[in-house]
Amino acid sequence: MANRSLQISAWALSGGIAVLVLGTALALALQAKGVGLHPADWAALRFTLTQAALSTLLSCLLAVPVARALARCTFRGRRALILLMGAPFLLPVIVAVLGLLSLYGRNGLLNQTLQALGLPTVTIYGLHGVVLAHVFFNLPLATRMLLNGWHAIPAERFRLAQTLGLPSPFRHIEAPMLAAVLPGIALSIFLVCLTSFVVALTLGGGPAATTLELAIYQALRFDFDPGHAALLAGVQFAICAVAVSLAARFTLAEGLGLGLDRAPVGQKAHWVDAPVLALAALFLILPLVAVVADGAPAVLQLPALVWQAALRSAVMALGAAGLSVTAALILVQAKVAGAAWVEGAAMLPLATSGLVLGTGLFVLTRAFVRPEALALPVTVLVNALMALPFVFRVLLPQARDLHRTYDQLAQTLGLCGGARLRWLTLPRLARPLGLGAGLAAALSMGDLGVVALFAGQDQATLPLVVQRLSGAYRMDQAAAAALVLVVCSFALFALCDIGGRRAAP
Amino acid sequence: MLHLDHLTLTQDGFSVTADWSLAAGARLALLGPSGAGKSTLLMGLAGFITPSAGRVLWQGKDLATLSPAQRPVSILFQDQNLFAHLTLAQNLGLAVHPRLALSTADRARVEAVLKRLGLAGYGPRKPASLSGGQLGRAALGRVLLQARPILLLDEPFAALGPALKADLLGLVSELAAENGTTVVLVTHDPSDARRFADVVGMVHDGVADAPVATQAIFADPPPALRAYLG
Repeated sequence: MANRSLQISAWALSGGIAVLVLGTALALALQAKGVGLHPADWAALRFTLTQAALSTLLSCLLAVPVARALARCTFRGRRALILLMGAPFLLPVIVAVLGLLSLYGRNGLLNQTLQALGLPTVTIYGLHGVVLAHVFFNLPLATRMLLNGWHAIPAERFRLAQTLGLPSPFRHIEAPMLAAVLPGIALSIFLVCLTSFVVALTLGGGPAATTLELAIYQALRFDFDPGHAALLAGVQFAICAVAVSLAARFTLAEGLGLGLDRAPVGQKAHWVDAPVLALAALFLILPLVAVVADGAPAVLQLPALVWQAALRSAVMALGAAGLSVTAALILVQAKVAGAAWVEGAAMLPLATSGLVLGTGLFVLTRAFVRPEALALPVTVLVNALMALPFVFRVLLPQARDLHRTYDQLAQTLGLCGGARLRWLTLPRLARPLGLGAGLAAALSMGDLGVVALFAGQDQATLPLVVQRLSGAYRMDQAAAAALVLVVCSFALFALCDIGGRRAAP
Repeated sequence: MLHLDHLTLTQDGFSVTADWSLAAGARLALLGPSGAGKSTLLMGLAGFITPSAGRVLWQGKDLATLSPAQRPVSILFQDQNLFAHLTLAQNLGLAVHPRLALSTADRARVEAVLKRLGLAGYGPRKPASLSGGQLGRAALGRVLLQARPILLLDEPFAALGPALKADLLGLVSELAAENGTTVVLVTHDPSDARRFADVVGMVHDGVADAPVATQAIFADPPPALRAYLG
């Protein structure tokens, strides 16, 4: 019944995604040198799983009181705080790491305070630093997803608990909700932490704190050992695929949606809520403040190379966003027209990572082209692909709505193809399309993964420049470039999102 | 003539069968309790459901291969007859040309229909700024411009209240008579059938009975209608 050309494009696109994701995995499997892992590889595997498990556990545990406080408190700035909880998702990882270093690093605020008090200083490098950074990113995500769970509880139920004289609504109302919602949240956070590369690159390292992703990078970049990198990438792909197939039963990225700013209902605030919210807000805001404070003084003295990189990154981000949104729009329309399998194709990139894809493409193409020649196009393609699951999820509810409401009317009018796109689909989906494009652009702008594998000196993207500057201990310039990066990321997001809202009827 | 030839339509595991014909220009009311299969039958005629057996013929031609837009059929849904983000003129324009590439003559046609329906000057307005009655008339304008020989109505104007609904059904009768349109109206309200239709077909338990003259069927109700009227 669905439009034929749409059906065919969805097939072709899904095939392309499958070839890219599974083809690179296959290429890696064939290229993998030896079957045994070195002791160092085992250590990397263990560290990857340990840090992901710890980060997940802490993020989820801490998110429960924060989300609960947000669910039952009204105060000025509540909306702003919920909005702030969405920020880390868009924040380039390298920027957040610099912010955290500025607070908790060797000469950071924390250590200066400890020294002034005559206490021993702490180091951020190693497992606890990696976990700290992951909690910074995922605590807000978990909070927003949990808040959805709280909002889904009808207010009448809390009133019922009060009329029944239950001492606390926790056992009979909140605990069942948490039991239903937390496993999905935990799995999606676990997945994010498994593929974390930049955090491990900057805060980890050494035999004790190397993730698989970092090991892949080192094998390729420093040891020039594609066979070994392929083996590691294969292992990484396998554990991600297992995690994503477990997570497939739960919905992902619910916390990205809108409509979280509804007023709380049904429950009274508790005295712990205020300190919980204050601590959470400080934990999130301070690194951002540090980025601005450190970066602002040197912004105007930044070398031209930084601005060139910023422009290059922005163009690439818009390209990736365009690709991602186009692909998601085709897939989502096929999905709502009845092709359920399409969702699997859209979610497939979650089973891999940018670095795994990049390594696979490197292995496949190195016989024909120099890696530098492909660095930028491959980065755009990989970023578009990695954003696809999120963009798809953002589009799905409203695309479903559109189909239910207007598909029959459009069919009786013979509205199809380009005319349907112009007069029906684009105007009705303008809002989620803008949001999706904004997410994809911001994620791509801040991404430092595959480009680090390939890029030559003169092809650096802005995140790579930030990383190189901080690696060379030019911290003032690194901080200033990081500030430019974060402003670019949020500006691209806002541009797309506002554009979508403006275009919406 | 509209001929349902040993037709079986199946939707979500539920089937409705029909085997009868309706003269061109007739006005048929399909009457029956909800869940009996009235709407399923209408969706089959409109081309949204493919018959699991039998055929639908119009003037002797099988409609099976025709998409909803290619059929000699226009349809008024219960609601959502107009795109909320387009103006009335654009909504009606889509009925003239699905790419909205309208000539001056097309525009004049749209304007004439708006005028005929008492909506002169409403072209630039969006549906949200219209009253329920105006929306109903605008939707009628859409099917009028489609100018198909068969008009299907799926419990139309149900949300409008009895007086306004009667007005609009009166308007449908008038327009159908002007253009010689064959009308199939789905309703659960016997008074709609009495007022509007020359023939009534009972739909009950997945069977659509052959239509019977309205006066005759209400004068001597068959068991299914008697049970329905209570």
